[in-house]
Amino acid sequence: MLAEYLPVAVLFVIAFLFVALSLLVSSKLGPSRPNPVKNAAYESGIIPDPETAVGGSRFPVRFYLVAMLFIIFDVEAVFLYPWATVLRDLSWYGLAVMGVFVALLFESYYYVLRKGGLEWD
Amino acid sequence: MTLLAQIPPLQIPDIAWSAISPELVLFGVGILALLLDTAGPQRLQASFLVFGFAAAGAGYIALSTEQSVLPGLVGLAALGQFALTAIWRDRPRLLSALLAALGFAGAIGVTTWQWGAYSGRLVGADAATFVGTDSLLGGMVAVDGVALFTRVTVCLAGLVTVPLSFAYAEERRIHRGEYYPLLLFAATGMTLLASSADFIMVFIAIEVLSLSLYILAGFAKRDLNSQEAALKYFLLGAFSSALLLYGIALVYGVTGSTNIAEAGRAFSSLDAPQGMAVAAMALLIVGFGFKTAIVPFHMWTPDVYQGAPTPITGFMAAATKAAAFAAFLRVFVGAFAPLQWSWTPVLWVLAALTMLAGAILAVVQNDVKRMLGYSAVAHAGYVLIGFVAVNRAGVSGVLVYLLIYTFMSLGSFGVLALLERRNHKAMAIDDLRGLGRRDPVPAGMLALFLLSLAGIPGTAGFVAKFAVFRAGIEAGHAALVVIAVVSSVIAAFFYIRVIVAMFMEDVPEGVAAEAPLAPSTGMSAGIAFSAAVMVAFGTVLPFLLVDLADQAATFVS
Repeated sequence: MLAEYLPVAVLFVIAFLFVALSLLVSSKLGPSRPNPVKNAAYESGIIPDPETAVGGSRFPVRFYLVAMLFIIFDVEAVFLYPWATVLRDLSWYGLAVMGVFVALLFESYYYVLRKGGLEWD
Repeated sequence: MTLLAQIPPLQIPDIAWSAISPELVLFGVGILALLLDTAGPQRLQASFLVFGFAAAGAGYIALSTEQSVLPGLVGLAALGQFALTAIWRDRPRLLSALLAALGFAGAIGVTTWQWGAYSGRLVGADAATFVGTDSLLGGMVAVDGVALFTRVTVCLAGLVTVPLSFAYAEERRIHRGEYYPLLLFAATGMTLLASSADFIMVFIAIEVLSLSLYILAGFAKRDLNSQEAALKYFLLGAFSSALLLYGIALVYGVTGSTNIAEAGRAFSSLDAPQGMAVAAMALLIVGFGFKTAIVPFHMWTPDVYQGAPTPITGFMAAATKAAAFAAFLRVFVGAFAPLQWSWTPVLWVLAALTMLAGAILAVVQNDVKRMLGYSAVAHAGYVLIGFVAVNRAGVSGVLVYLLIYTFMSLGSFGVLALLERRNHKAMAIDDLRGLGRRDPVPAGMLALFLLSLAGIPGTAGFVAKFAVFRAGIEAGHAALVVIAVVSSVIAAFFYIRVIVAMFMEDVPEGVAAEAPLAPSTGMSAGIAFSAAVMVAFGTVLPFLLVDLADQAATFVS
C-alpha cells in the first residue's frame, strides 16, 4: 500500500537534489562581486524601510485586512457560480438559502465598514 | 451539452435542521448581537430589519410546511429582540449581554427539547430511559446522549460567564461590542464539536471555537500578559490543529472514510493495526491532548489561563474541556473501542502524568490564577480515568465530572474576577490574607469552590471524583485510581493553603485601607448560581445528575 507513494518519494529526492545541485553549481561557477545595492533585501522592487511606513512597522496591517476581505468575496463568488447554474431547480428554497448566506457575508462586510477597516489613512 | 444531459435532475437534500438547532440558535444570536453593535445609532432600524426578515421567513415556513410551532417561536424571538432593542437602545453593552444570556438559555431550551424528542427512540425494555443515537445531516452530526449532555454543559457555562463578565469587562475597559458575539461563536464551535460525527466536522468545529477563543484570550489588548496569552494560544493551537489534521488524513488513508463510526468499524476489522493506524491514533491523541490540556501537551495552559481576562479563563477551562473531551470520547471510546488495547496504555500513562504534574506544579505557584490553571490540568487527568475505563460508567463519569467542573471553575474564577476588580491587579496568595475577615461572603464562596475542587466529601467535587474513580476501579485500573488519590491529596494542600490564608492569617500591614468590595448584580448572580448548583449537586441531587449522565452515555454507532 505504501508502495503507491513511491513516486512521491522519488519526486522528493529529485527536488532535494535539484536544489542542492543548483546552489552548489551557482556558488562554484558564478562570479561573486557583492555591492550594497545587490545585498539589499528585495521586496517588490522597493527597499524596505522601517522608518517610512506608518507606525514604524514594515508591513502595514491594512494590506492583510484587504487581502482577507478579498478572500471572503472570492469564496462567495466560488459558491455563487454553481448555485446560479442550478437556481431554476432549486427555486425559492435555493434563493432563500443563498439569501441567508449572502446576508451573513454582508453582515461581516458591514462590520468591517463600520469599524473603519476600509479607511486607508 | 452531452455532458449536461447526463446529469440527473437535482435533488434537494432533506436537511435535518433540528439536529443542529442549538448551534443555529447560538450562531444566530451571535450574528444579531454583532449586527446591533455594529449598527451603532441605527440600532433600532437594524433590529427592525431583522424582525422583518425573520417574520417573512417564519411566514414562508408556516405556509409551506403548515407547521405553527417553529415559525411561531421564530416570530416571537424576532419580536422579542426588537422589544429588547427598543427598551435598551441607549445601553448597547447591556443589550448585548442580555441577548447573549437569552441565546444561551434558548440553546439550553432547544437541547432539552431534543433530549425529550430523542429519548425513547430505541425499542426494547428500557427504551424510555435512553437517549437515542442518530447520525444526521449526511452522517456529519450526531444527536446522541454525549452530544446533548455536553451541549447543556457548554451552554450553562456560557450562561454563567455572561453575568460574570459584565462588570469585569466594564472595569478593565475591555467591554467592546465583539465580546458577547465571540463568546456565542465560541460556544457554537463547542456544541458543534461535541456533536460532530465526522472528522471533517470535528476539525471545522475546533477551528470555529479556537479562532474565537484566540481573540477572547487577547481581548485585553493593552495588557502584555493578555497579548502573550493570545499569541501563545494561537501558535500552539494552530500547531495542534495541524497535527490533528494529519491524524485525520491518516485515518482517511487507512479506512477510506472520515466518518467517525465508519472509521471505527474499518479499524476494528484490522486484526493488527498497521503503522499508519497507530500513527493516526497517536496524532489524534496529540491533537485532542492539546485542546484538553493533558500533560505533556499542557505547556500553554498556565500562561493562557493567567493572561486571558478572568471570566474568559473560567469559560475556557470549563467549556472547551467539556467539548473537546466529548469529541475525544466519541472518537476513542465510541469508535476505536475495538482497538482499546493499543491506546488505553498510552492514555493510562498520560492520565497518571497529568494528575501528578498538574498537582505538583500547582503547589509552587504564587499567582492564584496560575495555580488554578495548573489545577485545571490536574482535573483533565482525573477526567482521563473515566476515559481509560472504556465503558458506559466511564463515559457517564466523564460527563458528570465535566458538568460539575464547569461550575467549580466558573465559580472560582468568578470570585477571582471580583477581587481583581478591586485590586486592579493579578491576585497572589498573599493578597488573599485576611480576606475572610473583611469580606466573609466572597471568601466563603471561594472556599466552597476550592473545597469542591479538592474533592472533600459532601461537595459536588467529591461526587464527580467518585463517579470517575468508581468507573476506573470497575474497569480494573486500581493503580491509576491510587495515583489519582495521591494527586488529590497533593492538590488539597494548595487549595487549603488559600483557605488558610483567607481565614486564619491576618491582613498584612499597610493594605488595610483597601476600598470595600463592590460586587455587581451580575457577578453576584453568577457566583451565587454556581455556588447553589455546587451545593445542590453535592448534597441533594447527586443521584439525579448521575442518573441523567448514565442515560446520556450513548454514542452514534
